[in-house]
Amino acid sequence: MKFSHKAALLAAAAAASAAALAGCGTAKPAGSSDLIIIGANLEMTGSNASFGTSSLNGIHMAVEDANVAGGVLGKKIQVIGVDNRSEVAGAADALAKLAESGVAAIIGPDTSSNVIALASQAAADKIPIVSPSGTNPAITVDPATGQTREYLFRACFTDPYQGRVMADFATGRLNAKKAVVLVDNSSDYSKGLAEFFTKEFQEKGGSVPAQEAYMARDVDFKPILTKAAALHPDIIFVPGYYQEVGLILRQAREMGITVPILGGDGWDSDKLVEIAGTANLSNTYFCNHYSQEDDNPKLQDFIRRYEARYGAAPDSFAVTAYDAAGLVLEAIEAGRSDKPADVAKALTGIKGYDGISGKITIDSHHNTVSSGIIMSFANGRRTFIERIDPE
Amino acid sequence: MDSGLITQFIQQIINGVSLGSIYALIALGYTMVYGIMRLINFAHGDIYMLGAYVGFFVTTQLQLGFFPALICAMVAIGIAGVLIEKLVYKPLRASSKISILITAIGMSLFLEYTTMYFLTPQPRTFPPVLPNTIFHLGDVIISFQQLVILGSTVVLMLLLWYVVQYTKMGKAMRAVSYDTDAALLMGINVDHVISFTFALGSALAGAAGVLVGIYYNTIDPLMGIMPGLKAFIAAVLGGIGIIPGAMMGGIILGVVEALVSGFISSTFRDAAAFGILIVILLIKPTGLLGKNQTEKV
Repeated sequence: MKFSHKAALLAAAAAASAAALAGCGTAKPAGSSDLIIIGANLEMTGSNASFGTSSLNGIHMAVEDANVAGGVLGKKIQVIGVDNRSEVAGAADALAKLAESGVAAIIGPDTSSNVIALASQAAADKIPIVSPSGTNPAITVDPATGQTREYLFRACFTDPYQGRVMADFATGRLNAKKAVVLVDNSSDYSKGLAEFFTKEFQEKGGSVPAQEAYMARDVDFKPILTKAAALHPDIIFVPGYYQEVGLILRQAREMGITVPILGGDGWDSDKLVEIAGTANLSNTYFCNHYSQEDDNPKLQDFIRRYEARYGAAPDSFAVTAYDAAGLVLEAIEAGRSDKPADVAKALTGIKGYDGISGKITIDSHHNTVSSGIIMSFANGRRTFIERIDPE
Repeated sequence: MDSGLITQFIQQIINGVSLGSIYALIALGYTMVYGIMRLINFAHGDIYMLGAYVGFFVTTQLQLGFFPALICAMVAIGIAGVLIEKLVYKPLRASSKISILITAIGMSLFLEYTTMYFLTPQPRTFPPVLPNTIFHLGDVIISFQQLVILGSTVVLMLLLWYVVQYTKMGKAMRAVSYDTDAALLMGINVDHVISFTFALGSALAGAAGVLVGIYYNTIDPLMGIMPGLKAFIAAVLGGIGIIPGAMMGGIILGVVEALVSGFISSTFRDAAAFGILIVILLIKPTGLLGKNQTEKV
């Protein structure tokens, strides 16, 4: 009796989820109303909340700018933001919700794991997804088949590029021979970036005697830092997100590890400065999508307006999201249609779009080509060190 | 072993003991509540999180130092623990064990997401309330904060041991734990004893929350999940329901994690922790200090 009850429940649950999936498959036809809807599937709460919050601000500003300029195809644009809780399951829920709202395209998630998880559903729904800052190569190219994913795009550089930039910087400017890598084993982004950095660093004659792992939300890094310090590396590479990286930087400096610590764009948050503490940020470098010191007038205008409105300087997640929204609107304009499938086609052909982070071209693998900027910290403020342009 | 390896080994033991003493403080609350009510209070990790937030507000809003923060958090969280027991677990005391267990999981989620709703999911950083002096003993490094954590843990455990062994309430707690019905017949107010146990266990978790907040400098609404699980393993490892067992289990778990990270592979750290749970359950389900009990009929 007990068993059959359970079986009935299971069957009911299966039926319900099948119905829900069927619902997702048929997005409402867009294009008939006088409003274009852009979805935002972002990390507004959870451990990457600082990313999603900044990105949503950036999207709102991009859409308002477009509306002030008269909209696109004579229609006004509206943003629907859905929180994905910084979780893969949350990102899938948000996609299902947005698909039912008849969106022309979706911007976000920001983090690679959350975008990659949406690949098959986006293809089934035929809705283009543009990640502002998802850098893992598997977002746009399926690693199993080598095929470009038709509906997934990004508005920023990729991890192989970012890994190469940091390996160049480490071996060149810092003259490093030996690196220890600390990787967040719960993140596709971190694992990917660690792999590309290690490959490039070794090709340039460096050695990586150890790669140590941690998990998101860990707070105690002293065991792995003790082990890393015993190897006497020239640099430590930590391709993680700000919450854990902040703690790693603080604990490393407390333990007397003074070597340069390097990372990627996951460091770009004011929370990193707050968690690590200003004094512990000396001799740290990370790769970023933009610098406040870039004198591009469009960017400077954006920074000024953003600061006036949100009371803080924009981080790269606001900047890349502004450009991601700009790319979507450009694609709608270029394709003369706000049907999701048409937007996806038009996105593929964009060349030299004049974004605030620089000129953006989307290549045939849906990757964008843009510059990597190496930043450091001085008195808790991010400072520009070097700009590395793609060859 | 060359001297570098020995230094590393000692350093990892220090890392492990300071982490383990926090597991131990949380594990005490698990074990005490289990000893009295046979309830695994899965909301315990979140009670620890609340303690960290109380400490945070005392140090940032009221600008008070370490000891006031610790005391305020222990009092406030002790009261919160009693409220949770009175409002949530007491009405279910006659229900099956499984309904109380599921309620505890519900309570855990309730605390996590209510905190997230009201205080935002953004991590918060503690102000530096303790000097961060580093002591060098040869090549081994120990920080003042690590010493404070260890010291506070030892003092709190001694206090707890005194309360349980030498006070009237402690005697009543032991009696209820041994046989609730007989204790009731002897005129012990079981309701009071249970509330007192919750207050004590929660206060210790609150203290652990403040210590972690100060030591690691960052707190967030979901910070209780992993330490809660680890403390549960520590309690089971030492023998659930046995107070010295929880202390021992916590320290052992912390040291094992540090040594596995340092000398085998950091990838296996959590696998080792949960592996210990499985091995203990298979080989000695009553825990290291547990005695084999025959089911009373």
